[in-house]
Amino acid sequence: MSEATVSLRLRRVMFWSGIAMLCAWVLVPIYLIALGAFGGRAGVFRWPKNLLPWDSGLAAMQAFLAVEGVWTAALNGALVACLTMLFSLLLGAPAGYALARYRFAGQDAFRMLVVLTRAFPLAILALPLTVTFIRTGLYDTPLGVALVHTALALPFTALVSSSLFMGIPRELEEAAWVFGCTGLQAFRKIVLPLALPGLAAAAIFSFVISWNEVFAASVLTVRNRTLTAYLLTVLAESPLHFRFAGGFLLILPSVIFIFAVRKYLFAMWGIANR
Amino acid sequence: MTNNRLLPYLLIAPATVFLVLLFVVPLVQTIALAFMDNGVASLTNFRKMAGDLNFGLSIGNTFLLVLAVIPLQICMALVMAMMIQKLDKGRDLVLWIWIIPLGISDLAAGLVWLAILQDRGYFNTVLNMLGLVDGPVNWLSYEAPVSLFVGVVLAEVWRATAIVLVILVAGLQLIPKEYGEAAEIFGAGPWTRFRKITLPLLKPSIQSALILRTVLAFEVFAVVYALSGRNFPVLVGEAYAWQHVNQNNGVAAAYAILVMAISLAATVIYIRALRTPPEMQP
Repeated sequence: MSEATVSLRLRRVMFWSGIAMLCAWVLVPIYLIALGAFGGRAGVFRWPKNLLPWDSGLAAMQAFLAVEGVWTAALNGALVACLTMLFSLLLGAPAGYALARYRFAGQDAFRMLVVLTRAFPLAILALPLTVTFIRTGLYDTPLGVALVHTALALPFTALVSSSLFMGIPRELEEAAWVFGCTGLQAFRKIVLPLALPGLAAAAIFSFVISWNEVFAASVLTVRNRTLTAYLLTVLAESPLHFRFAGGFLLILPSVIFIFAVRKYLFAMWGIANR
Repeated sequence: MTNNRLLPYLLIAPATVFLVLLFVVPLVQTIALAFMDNGVASLTNFRKMAGDLNFGLSIGNTFLLVLAVIPLQICMALVMAMMIQKLDKGRDLVLWIWIIPLGISDLAAGLVWLAILQDRGYFNTVLNMLGLVDGPVNWLSYEAPVSLFVGVVLAEVWRATAIVLVILVAGLQLIPKEYGEAAEIFGAGPWTRFRKITLPLLKPSIQSALILRTVLAFEVFAVVYALSGRNFPVLVGEAYAWQHVNQNNGVAAAYAILVMAISLAATVIYIRALRTPPEMQP
């Protein structure tokens, strides 16, 4: 073997071990919190720890889910996230369509408003909303939290859907008009089916944004907490195994959703940042 | 067609009204809350904020965190993105694994690293197996500020590098392959190609990643809270505490204004420093 092939091989080995190490860097912590979540009270205090899942069982997770308030909080979180998904799509997609298809006065101002939201830590703006929400009856309701989360997700949805619609040739729509479709029909029958997968991905991403948001959710609720807000507020007085089970439950849906949208993520971010 | 001229306005109207109600109005209200005391304009809230014991600490800690986390994340994400470019077999799988943390909240990331770093946790178990420690060591206590800081940095890097990676990979896809190939023909090595071609063309993506991550990094609080409670005060954590524990939303708003001012300043600096002339964009 010549020296060149040896060094080439060495490089390949180094390259692949780098990849493997970075994969482990992501996956091992998730594995470890799963161990903590399924290990229960006994597992938390065990020293030294068993790094293999021999002491784990479903009992610990069942006990966590049986704790008063956990299920309600999880359902609340899911409800808020679904509302956020719905609102940001209903408000964002039309705006994205307008940005993609029309030139109109005020277009740049609108785009500016949307982009500007990114430079602000939006969740903190929930602080003064407590007063407004108490007055309007939105305080401590899933709807109220969903509204704030929509403000977080909407700019993203609007920009992503604008680029999605831009990618669909205008000629297709015009052809439909020629064949006698109304504007709405052309949109529904031609544009929407083509944009749907991308829109779904953006919607799922809004779900994740909402499910994970903690500051606004815990400032705006007292009894109807989302899971994230619930865990944050009981954190200080809850035992470790309870926290780990909660952390694992928080991670689970997000990982599944990211898997579902993985194909679209790159296209979405690539264009949303232009 | 009048109908067509009105249509775009009808389409953006709901989003505009919404953003005004839930972004512009609360923004103005936050400013009012922070600069008012019993209905009169005053700096009382800011004085109270600056007079608090945790104030200086939380500013220092937040900046230290941002300065440690952001450069580390950009470098790691750059390395990962370049590795992904070279990969053809298993690219999708590796990419998916690397972006899993994108879906993980800061609170959950804090809890994950709490499981690892707590005194009877997995990190100490491994150290014990290697014979480096005899019993549980507390890495996250008030008395161990350095290891606590490192713990927070680890959790933040673990969680939020994925978003930088996504932005950079998306940016790399926009760079035409021909540029690199041409440079290779002229004898440029991989490092020169990376420095002279990839990096400059990637500048817009790096800029948006920096802005997004920095704004979010100044908002950090749940990670820290999960790992250490209030042992490691940060700005938004203090805002949360003033709102929840002290029930004083004036001072909380003052903190919010401070965080916003810092985020805006950072954004402006990035836009200035990383400006790309239009003729240099891919």
